[in-house]
Amino acid sequence: MNPVRLALSLAIASLWHRRGVMGLITLTLTLSITLLLGIQYARTEVKESFSNTIAGTDLVVGARSGQLNLLLYSVFHMGNATNNIRWQTYQDLREDSRIDWIVPLSLGDSYQGYRVVGTNENYGKHFRYGDGQRLALTSGRWFKGVFEVTLGAEVAKQLKHKTGDEVVLAHGTGRVSFMNHDAHPFQVTGILAATGTPVDRAVYVSLQGLEAIHIGWESGVAIPGRTISKDKALARDLTPEAITAALVGVERKVLTFQVQRSINQSDLEPLTAILPGVALSELWGVMGQFENTLLGITAFVIVTSLIGLIAVLLAMQAQRRQEVAILRAVGAQPRLIALLYILECGLLATAASVLAVLLGAGLVSAAGPWLLDNYGLHISLRMLDKTEWLMLASLPLAGLVVGLIPAWQGWRSGHRQSIPSGF
Amino acid sequence: MTPVTDSATAPAAIESQKLSFCWPGEQSPIRYPDVFLEPGKHLFLQGPSGSGKSTLLSLLCGLATPTGGQLRIMGVNLAALSGAGRDRFRADQLGVIFQQFNLVPYLDVTSNVTLPCRLSDRRRTRVRTSPAEEAHALLQDLGIGPEYWHRPVTSLSVGQQQRVAAARALIGAPSVILADEPTSALDTDNRDRFLALLLTQARLRGTSVVLVSHDRALASRFDQTIQLQATP
Repeated sequence: MNPVRLALSLAIASLWHRRGVMGLITLTLTLSITLLLGIQYARTEVKESFSNTIAGTDLVVGARSGQLNLLLYSVFHMGNATNNIRWQTYQDLREDSRIDWIVPLSLGDSYQGYRVVGTNENYGKHFRYGDGQRLALTSGRWFKGVFEVTLGAEVAKQLKHKTGDEVVLAHGTGRVSFMNHDAHPFQVTGILAATGTPVDRAVYVSLQGLEAIHIGWESGVAIPGRTISKDKALARDLTPEAITAALVGVERKVLTFQVQRSINQSDLEPLTAILPGVALSELWGVMGQFENTLLGITAFVIVTSLIGLIAVLLAMQAQRRQEVAILRAVGAQPRLIALLYILECGLLATAASVLAVLLGAGLVSAAGPWLLDNYGLHISLRMLDKTEWLMLASLPLAGLVVGLIPAWQGWRSGHRQSIPSGF
Repeated sequence: MTPVTDSATAPAAIESQKLSFCWPGEQSPIRYPDVFLEPGKHLFLQGPSGSGKSTLLSLLCGLATPTGGQLRIMGVNLAALSGAGRDRFRADQLGVIFQQFNLVPYLDVTSNVTLPCRLSDRRRTRVRTSPAEEAHALLQDLGIGPEYWHRPVTSLSVGQQQRVAAARALIGAPSVILADEPTSALDTDNRDRFLALLLTQARLRGTSVVLVSHDRALASRFDQTIQLQATP
């Protein structure tokens, strides 16, 4: 009989015989492989989702600050701006011939904990995410009037809003706010399709709308008697005095650096212009350190479980001396015994890898929607990439290598002419 | 079935001259009396503990190499074979029965018996039907009924386990069966029954049985008896 087939059938019978202990070892291995693979998978996905946040925008312009800070508050809606851009500066940028389009952003208010973004029709026209996808509406239309609002997908889903609803914005960015602009409710005109980006968690109104509800709030709180009604507000000139940031598209891409430099050196006021791609990769670099550490720890977890496997195998080898003596006496060669050990480890590691993939797939499909809802992380089920396949394939190989240790010992003792304990 | 060979031309089952073995680190080697066993005959090796009985069996089955003297099994000089060659020879020509714990714990009764057929082509080609059918016939002859054939071996009594081991040694009609105190764990009735079955079945197949024991009472059943002396 083919020795490999014989060893394989013996290995399977032997593993099944010891299924209690072997099951536990497989479980340990499975969990650590899932961990390793999961972290690798998640970081690829997160990076993907991360770099998909903004596309097609050549420069992000804000008041003078660090590029990470500007990126975080303008694109990710995290943290606050250090300062504003004057309206006149925005106008000057808009008239700059090298600039193709410009989207103003005005931040600072919130709705039920979701950021309110004041902007204009250019946002819907020029904002891109992913591979350059445009924002789409699942219902209604973009805001047009002063007291109209367009909701991000998640905002609408969580707060169960539909077009036609009226919402009251809150002053400031806290989830719980004691100062509401309740004199000026906004009407929902449209709801955006989900994008898996911070857009889903934002509320879009016109710059004029933000201006209107802040009349009488110049000092930061509503001063009684100075606030005005909706109709009166509409009659006023609602041109804002400042905006928070702006997204810029450059006419000719080769001029991007030149425009960036001239904005950074602008004598209108201190400004910062950043390349979103560069800032994203810097941000990713900061997080990269953390995930590398995580990956390193996981590698140790795997090494630990493999050492555990070796320990169990060596301990078991003492129990298996009789069995080996019988096989040798029946005429099995030492290399068959060695093959038996190697195959057992290889099978165990393979089973653990397969289980880990199944477990991982289960977890991703179960946790994917939850992660998108709660953290805006877009992690979906996909085929493993090359690195992940390599990682996965290396584990059965590691199992075979681990199997070499007892195999070598068994082979050596087989050659040492030890007399089977029966004799 | 082994064809009945003409004992004048066929090689002896076992032939040894001035055989000796020295354990590594020991000063004086164990010296064995010369053995000449015709094919199909049964040999009883009787000797007290420490007389090197088990060592002799290890030499006979090629798990140990003699330090001095000549040894031929079925005309083959084991010392001239490679390690793998001795393993193959053992698989083809020899059956082995230990004192106890003879069976691979994770194989069922039938798989334990057919194991030699999986390791040796010669043994497989010498069964009349399939290895499993031959195993079942042997088990039946040795008093292990069908209800036991697919049980785990650990559920069998010691006496049953020894009979399963005998079936494994007998399958595929090897030239020689080496048995090391196979009855020491059995009571007298079981011992006699076991021996009778083993020797009868071996005789049917033309297989020689070499049995080692300290128990003189067994000697009458064998064609030949050799007395081993305790080494000083």
